[in-house]
Amino acid sequence: MYRYDEFDAQLVRDRVSQFRGQVERRLSGELLEDEFKPLRLQNGVYLQLHAYMLRVAIPYGQLDPAKMRKLAHIARKYDRGYGHWTTRQNVQFNWVALKDIPDVLEELAEVEMHAIQTSGNCIRNVTSDHFAGATADEILDPRPWCEIIRQWSTFHPEFAFLPRKFKIAVTAAEHDRAAIRVHDIGLHMRNVDGVVGFEVHVGGGQGRTPHIAAKVSDFVPESEILDYLEAILRVYNRFGRRDNKYKARIKILVSETGEAEFTRLVEEEFAAQRESEKIALPQAEIDRITAYFTPPALPEKPASSDAFERAKAADPTFALWAEANLNAHKVAGYASVTASHKPVGGIAGDATDAQMDVLADLADAYGQGDIRVTHAQNVVLAHIALDDAYAVYTALDKAGLAAPNESLISDMIVCPGLDYCNLANARSIPISQEIAREFASYEDQADIGQLHLNISGCINACGHHHVGHIGILGVDRKGEEFYQITFGGRADEKAAIGEIAGPGLRAEEVPTALRRVVERYRGLRIQNSERFIDVLERVGTDPFKEALYAAD
Amino acid sequence: MPLIKDNEVRQNTWIYVEDGDVGATPNGISVPLDVLLDDPAPLYARNTPLGVRLQPEDDPLDLEPHLDRLDLIEVSFPKYTDGRGYSQAQLLRRRMGYTGELRAVGHVLRDQLLYMHRSGFDAYVTDRAGLPSVMEAMDEFSSFYQPAADRAQSVFAARHGL
Repeated sequence: MYRYDEFDAQLVRDRVSQFRGQVERRLSGELLEDEFKPLRLQNGVYLQLHAYMLRVAIPYGQLDPAKMRKLAHIARKYDRGYGHWTTRQNVQFNWVALKDIPDVLEELAEVEMHAIQTSGNCIRNVTSDHFAGATADEILDPRPWCEIIRQWSTFHPEFAFLPRKFKIAVTAAEHDRAAIRVHDIGLHMRNVDGVVGFEVHVGGGQGRTPHIAAKVSDFVPESEILDYLEAILRVYNRFGRRDNKYKARIKILVSETGEAEFTRLVEEEFAAQRESEKIALPQAEIDRITAYFTPPALPEKPASSDAFERAKAADPTFALWAEANLNAHKVAGYASVTASHKPVGGIAGDATDAQMDVLADLADAYGQGDIRVTHAQNVVLAHIALDDAYAVYTALDKAGLAAPNESLISDMIVCPGLDYCNLANARSIPISQEIAREFASYEDQADIGQLHLNISGCINACGHHHVGHIGILGVDRKGEEFYQITFGGRADEKAAIGEIAGPGLRAEEVPTALRRVVERYRGLRIQNSERFIDVLERVGTDPFKEALYAAD
Repeated sequence: MPLIKDNEVRQNTWIYVEDGDVGATPNGISVPLDVLLDDPAPLYARNTPLGVRLQPEDDPLDLEPHLDRLDLIEVSFPKYTDGRGYSQAQLLRRRMGYTGELRAVGHVLRDQLLYMHRSGFDAYVTDRAGLPSVMEAMDEFSSFYQPAADRAQSVFAARHGL
């Protein structure tokens, strides 16, 4: 993974002292709260329902054991022993005192971490495929370009006060696990006749007005991609709406301008760049950063592992886990392991300091020191030998991180909801827990197969409900919580916005209604490998709507 | 309001004239973009220094035919969270090659000054940041990843001695 050189390290230190000064000026009253707000936001400090929240950047979700142990330490020392993995592959601490934040940032800087641009109307943390560099289905490792984009966008002087926040995602795999089509910019790496470049999607997003991104270019070579990003950002900065914060995202500019006209504006701006305006990223710099992502030297193994097969035969729970939580690795005899943070009855994405330490230890002992946070709020150990899978599983299980549910119905993306968030209209966590209890049997979940169920507590859609195969949106109607169900959303290469099924349900009706929907799916599938979303694509949403409302 | 330029407090002798009609004065005058575009001739005929003030929605490329005649371009920040002025500045300096004074006016705060400087501003009208804090703000970062209008060497280039 990437390591800071003296420039990176100094910039992060500069930021810590700058922010320390800003906090001092705020506490002394020199800075008004209104003027301090964007400054603290650009450093990840939010004022939440109960306290300040600090969001720490995990660029493209990449961690190592030292970073993970530092997060555990921060959870212990400055929070209440918890951290929370976010849908942007970041981590949040919900109970940090404002006066402590400069010290936390200083501690983070020691392990090459920061909270830069994790909030505010600027370019946010770049996200990517959490199996990048390990998965069998990618053409290249996208992380070097994520890192280049991270550096380019850090303290970019022109794009710090955009109309609204701006999110970029990069993938290099045919199966899109980075949800690039619901990002402000989604980049899909391509190799065309030996030239590496990007397919460019712009204007996707969730929130109140969900949009699937428009493809503005089939191919921009890597030598020009930063200049192309500057062109897109400049068009957005100049012409994006600023009169209404709910219409300020680039998706609104793209849809109101029209895809063709928007693309023309970008191409025009790109073509007008003079030679002296180009970023002119040296090839040596691309090579330098790429070298940090050289694949680990994994000892050669046979494609199948006897130890692994024996353990599966002996322990049916392990067999279930191995079926759900391992992703095919590009190297034979290895897999990427998902450590589930979605235990039945738990809070999606929450991790204790002790769990973080376990993950760090496992990455050290078995995982080449490589740890990723996923946008589905889980943690991945990217390079695990099948020979070691049982030992890893046993340790995860002891730490409460071995729910065999990756991408299954209880692997829900869930926003904090009314329990924590001051924007929410309804609770999200309790409803997710009730649903998980309804589908508590992991054998049952395994039989149901892949099903993305996402829950948001308000229309801002932080729980990605628009792109859940089944989405749940909490709404408030005259002081009572109702839950609106959507069908058919997806965040992958066939990205789509879910369709609202009909009137909202009361909280207590949701689990059994979903049970009926799932049973209808089971009745409709031709074979077990036909997933819920495949059946839905084949037969449409009507049978599922009918099942949803078929209560006695 | 104090004017800060080149790390010192300067006397501001410019007069901003909303409708362009100022009568006789030896001082430089600055006018809104549409006043300049509608009828530049009388402004040119004054033979005093001439400036223009851009609002966030103005297109700096409209200044192309007048650029040689301008001694001052003011970029207005009605609210400091409106970042369009940064793009206007970059376009003026890097796309159009403007070399005269580029001044940030309006809601100009200490913590935006470095980004303004990097986007090409060289003068700031503000009563919210004294000279010492302006100088401090300019010095908060030791280097920058990306090239910008201030022509500071980018980290990308510095790493390879370019």
